[in-house]
Amino acid sequence: MRPSVLATWVSVACLASMAYAQVGELRAPSSAIAGNATSIGTAGSGTATFYLIGPSVSLKREVKLGQEIQLEPREVQNSGRYLAIACTDTCSHVEFFVSPAKPASLTFLVHPSRAPVGENDVISGVALLFDEFRNLVIAPVNVEFQLAAGGKTVMSHPASTHSGVAWFRTNSGKTAGALQILASVNGVSARRVVQQVASDPCSLRIKGERSAKGIIVETEPVRDCAGNPVPDGTVVTFTAQQGHGETSTVDAPIKQGVARAQITATGPVVVSAAAGVVLGNELRLGAQ
Amino acid sequence: MKVVLLIVLVGVTVALLVAGLMVHGPSSGTVGIASGSSLVGFKAGDATPEQALGSFLTDVQRRNWDRAYSAVEKANESLDEQGFIQEWIGTNGGLRAFSNLEGYDSRPLHASDTDAQMRVTLHWATPVGPVEDVRDFRLARRGSDWKVIWDEAPPPSVPAQVVPVNYLRWDLVTGGSGDEWGSRNVDSPHVRIVSMNAVDSAEGSVVMGEVVNEDTIPAFVNVNATLVDASGNAIDDESSFDKILHVLLPKQVSPYRIDFPNVNLSKVKNVRMDVKATLVPASSDPVIGVMNQKLDTDPQGRPVLHGDLLNQSGQTVNIPHVIAAFYDNNGKVVWVSDGYVERALLPQSSESFAVEVPKSLAGKVQSFHVVVNQYSLGKA
Repeated sequence: MRPSVLATWVSVACLASMAYAQVGELRAPSSAIAGNATSIGTAGSGTATFYLIGPSVSLKREVKLGQEIQLEPREVQNSGRYLAIACTDTCSHVEFFVSPAKPASLTFLVHPSRAPVGENDVISGVALLFDEFRNLVIAPVNVEFQLAAGGKTVMSHPASTHSGVAWFRTNSGKTAGALQILASVNGVSARRVVQQVASDPCSLRIKGERSAKGIIVETEPVRDCAGNPVPDGTVVTFTAQQGHGETSTVDAPIKQGVARAQITATGPVVVSAAAGVVLGNELRLGAQ
Repeated sequence: MKVVLLIVLVGVTVALLVAGLMVHGPSSGTVGIASGSSLVGFKAGDATPEQALGSFLTDVQRRNWDRAYSAVEKANESLDEQGFIQEWIGTNGGLRAFSNLEGYDSRPLHASDTDAQMRVTLHWATPVGPVEDVRDFRLARRGSDWKVIWDEAPPPSVPAQVVPVNYLRWDLVTGGSGDEWGSRNVDSPHVRIVSMNAVDSAEGSVVMGEVVNEDTIPAFVNVNATLVDASGNAIDDESSFDKILHVLLPKQVSPYRIDFPNVNLSKVKNVRMDVKATLVPASSDPVIGVMNQKLDTDPQGRPVLHGDLLNQSGQTVNIPHVIAAFYDNNGKVVWVSDGYVERALLPQSSESFAVEVPKSLAGKVQSFHVVVNQYSLGKA
């Protein structure tokens, strides 16, 4: 064989070889869902090195061109933007988006944990929806917020998520006690409790009598303006002014709705009471 | 010229030395020190009441109880040596039990051939800082000796009794690291500074006021203040430390005072206040009544607020701490004082207290509010 013919055959063989390993365009999956198997289409023939780069994932493997590149469910668990690259002598790439799967869990944050009764817009709740792989579900989903107190539903509030978040804001009720708040979506729910507590005492009335050790004074049952008993432990300050310029004070906590104090005083005395910034009536007791 | 100057200097020095030896100022009292004021084991007949009292207090300092007790004459038959010792070393975990007598100053109030009265300022070193205790001692001549008349009441003895206590206690249940986010959140207590006043004092600047727990749960409270100058730079920042009732029950009000030593208030343009409140387990027991409060002057003529603490519960309060806010006629807090009570406050018994009011403010004070911090052994 003449040298020129040999050179021509070698060149053709090389070109054929190059054509065989040429990577064609990659085709992104039409809709990829987190945790579901999917595939990327390829063109060309031969083998190529495949790279997948995504949120919290990166992998490399050999693939055959012209066949679908299968992606296992565990390889696309995290939602977000992925970049697929196939390389021979040259590289081709495609981007695709893996959407979150359906909501599987609900994170529900309610504020505050205690709310005084009868206050406007004091209770708020925020629900965030996640799929089983803890991806935030950003597609709009309807969330149902239900508020119940004393076994009765007091409010039901549907809300659609925006960018994965749904929220509500509401007033506190008139009655002290636990307010159960339920957020639910497609069989997934989370429950939180807000303790509705009595507000400041509405009026403070005291009565008293002489005893062997001085005087004993006590409040009538202390309630807020909505009639709720003020929580036990709330401090009521009793102040006794005695005729000769002496003052006695006792910080007495409320116990079973009533605050009671013993004050050592023998002469005429004027007793008053206060809880926080609320003042009670004055009580005058004569000498022993 | 040099010689003349030398002679003048020597002359003036000698004159001052002579004047110092001859002239007795009004404060020529005896000053006691922790050691070396008398020879141990040597007790000659004390010629003067001052010497007798000095020997007695030195024995007390050195805890020579037998000899100190032999120098007293009991005015109360119920007093025994054990009670005498307890009066000096404290009992029931009170502040006195952790204190040492560092020294004393004494001055005579009255003296004759047969009796004398001495006013003594006892200087105690305590875990909460130096404490001064002013006492009047009566002495009487018995033969060639002077005796200290001991008329202190014996330590209170609480009879055995059952005191039912059913006040509230708040416990705290917290979540673990495995809990879902937001599932077990408990808000911090709502605490508010209701008043603040900054004044200049002899030692520096003082920021004081009152803070209230507006919540329905107890709060551990600390108030911090930062002094800021005209250019916006922080001069100093301090906290209320022990001059506040740290554990505030619901709706309870506490005075606070923050001292800035050596800071002149004229340099301060702004004061940044910060109150920190955390949720803590707490008990509303013991209840301590503050009885018979009255503004008065102490034996040294200083204005004080005095009264009695009455422990209405069945629990011993080892170290009671009194904090008082003083208001002017507009209801503004003009001063906050505090003081520790040296004796433990036993169940159902009372102890007297006194806190000082600055002389310059005594005339302005129209009313006051006293709260009691309590430290009990075995309780955090």
